[in-house]
Amino acid sequence: MTSYLIQGAQLLGEQTADILVEDGVIRRIGPDLAAAADGARVVDAAGLVALPGLVDIHTHLREPGREDAETVETGTRAAALGGYTAVFAMANSDPVADTAGVVEQVHELGRSAGWVDVRPVGAVTVGLKGERLSEIMAMAESRAGVRMFSDDGMCVHDPVLMRRALEYVKGFDGVVAQHAQEPRLTEGAQMNEGSVSAELGLTGWPAVAEEAVIARDVLLAEHVGSRVHICHLSTRGSVDIVRWAKQRGIDVTAEATPHHLLLTDERVRSFDPVFKVNPPLRTDEDVHALREAVADGTIDVIGTDHAPHPAEDKECEWSCAANGMTGLETALSVVQLSLVDTGLLTWRDVARITSETPARIGRLATQGRPLAEGEPANITLWDPAATTVVDPARHASKGRNSPYRGMELPGAVRATFFRGHPTVLDGALNTPVPTPAA
Amino acid sequence: MRHLLSTKDLSYDAALTVLDTADQMAAVGERSVKKLPALRGRTVVNLFFEDSTRTRISFETAAKRLSADVINFSAKGSSVSKGESLKDTAQTLAAMSADAVVIRHSASGSPQQLAESGWIDAPVVNAGDGTHEHPTQALLDAMTLRQHRARTEGRESTRGLDLEGMHVVIVGDVLHSRVARSDLWLFTTLGARVTFVAPPTLLPVGIADWPCRVVFSLDEALDPAPDAVMMLRVQRERMHAAFFPTAQEYAREWGLTPERVAALDDAGATTAIMHPGPMNRGLEISSAAADSPRSTVLDQVRNGVSVRMSVLYLLLSGDDLDPTSTPHPQER
Ligand SMILES: [Zn+2]
Repeated sequence: MTSYLIQGAQLLGEQTADILVEDGVIRRIGPDLAAAADGARVVDAAGLVALPGLVDIHTHLREPGREDAETVETGTRAAALGGYTAVFAMANSDPVADTAGVVEQVHELGRSAGWVDVRPVGAVTVGLKGERLSEIMAMAESRAGVRMFSDDGMCVHDPVLMRRALEYVKGFDGVVAQHAQEPRLTEGAQMNEGSVSAELGLTGWPAVAEEAVIARDVLLAEHVGSRVHICHLSTRGSVDIVRWAKQRGIDVTAEATPHHLLLTDERVRSFDPVFKVNPPLRTDEDVHALREAVADGTIDVIGTDHAPHPAEDKECEWSCAANGMTGLETALSVVQLSLVDTGLLTWRDVARITSETPARIGRLATQGRPLAEGEPANITLWDPAATTVVDPARHASKGRNSPYRGMELPGAVRATFFRGHPTVLDGALNTPVPTPAA
Repeated sequence: MRHLLSTKDLSYDAALTVLDTADQMAAVGERSVKKLPALRGRTVVNLFFEDSTRTRISFETAAKRLSADVINFSAKGSSVSKGESLKDTAQTLAAMSADAVVIRHSASGSPQQLAESGWIDAPVVNAGDGTHEHPTQALLDAMTLRQHRARTEGRESTRGLDLEGMHVVIVGDVLHSRVARSDLWLFTTLGARVTFVAPPTLLPVGIADWPCRVVFSLDEALDPAPDAVMMLRVQRERMHAAFFPTAQEYAREWGLTPERVAALDDAGATTAIMHPGPMNRGLEISSAAADSPRSTVLDQVRNGVSVRMSVLYLLLSGDDLDPTSTPHPQER
């Protein structure tokens, strides 16, 4: 394997050092390693921030079943370009990832694509129907080694089923990730319920429909002594509930998406379905509460909820358009814009919320590691001084449904190292890691 | 004005121009030959994704009185289940060189999408979209209100008249009503005060930001008597979703009952009774109210044709409606 000398990178945005990458690991870190790196390919990282490879705890790769929207290949290329070295692939494929067979298929597709680690998420209930548990142990014990379970897209709304799932996964240190949405309160919901929905005449998705489920689930987690993860938390009230739960010692982790940290329901006034997403874009007050919650640790991680859709599912009336936005290739830019450039977070914090903690929640031992000698060489080199005008047509994802189309966003990925191999180099897609033996 | 999508963004001057032009159009309706050559050779498409015979006929009559060719394009059933039909239909109409598209759709925002999509270049008129807006209904209501004002104030002409100082009470299912929204924006732009009356279940969360008074009691809203009371249509099915317990209770509390009409009479009020139609007699409006001399329901129907003639004329004759555009109150 080629070795690489990353020269002059700012480790987590702090001290400047060279990083010598050899045989998939960080061999050495120190000032001026040029003499020690004979034959290594030099990567000039002056002015670049070195972060541990990003880990997306919430990705929709669409395969199997909706290869017109995305495939494991295209989705993981997008991930690499976004600085990711691992993604957790949500279970709402077709067939649903509710059996060992499907999670092993997704896992294998990811392994052979070679752009990032693909960690399948197993469905909590058969077919995401919320009626009976899927064979969770079979998925946990499969070659995919599933540790995270979620019906994402649907809420596990039956309180008994949720309780059992929380209890059941304790047996192997798994976690249930809840898409918190009370179904009756959100029947036909089209956007955040508030002054904008009142004016536009679109059926509202009230904040309480999210908050009520989160409140119930943190109490259930406390009662049965399990950990629970809350997907894409979107409201100020949800922040308050999670903050209260953490103070109480409940083992809860929470995630926010980049779009909920930047965009508000004012965007819906355009009736452009690119802004239709579930949970919906909320108000400015919610956006600021979420940012503060990331800053004070109430929200643990950023999950993209990357949700690619083909054009025909978005080029239609708002009420029949699909929910979801792409996000892998813009996530770190939005994190910089909303959290770093605003002074709320340092790059060390960014490493924690985009890499270390997501890997820990998903029990992915080889990712989210410190930038230290002997660690796996999963490294993202980020240029915070760059700016990019978002052009979805140039994205590697099949999805063109980026809500940032035409926006100028800060920062750019210059290189992504996955197991010591540059999947992205000079800001462009390079090659996947050679497929290791199964 | 390139399109007519909402009354929210309609300026004071543009609204008065539409109304003054509608008055001139009304005069055509009173002649024995009810036709103007203004839009001869132009094609107006009525694109209806939702059934509404009344509105379609009103637009059709308006277009024909201006000598336009009318194509009725009914796409019901293909609408919300398979959305790409909006794009395909728009491109089909563009290929057929439609000069204007009048669109009615059950999905809020569809007219704006059509106007801004680039799928078709023609002016778009919103003939009612979901629970969003119904701007020509609001314009015909405003036309009716200023006729009522001219009548009660003994004015000869309505030309240039706005609704300054008038008080309009709008009663019923505000939550699901595109008429209530369009009326509110237009009436307030023209200087009227608006009071909404409804059970709290039928008022949208977020209504506090609207430029209106909200009360829950109809009797309270009618004392002192307003210049007009508009009864919104209430669908009986709403009670199945627990918006109100029974039709009887709704009629008793929020219906314009014979007793409430008698109270207006006793007070010597000049209150007009309005309804956008079709009426649910015995639910939101009693026959005593609908058939009383106060009722402007048929005036509204007549004014609907005039207002739609005016809108089509102004959009298609290329006259700029807002040369000295006055910003909407909310934007000042
Ligand atoms: Zn979700």
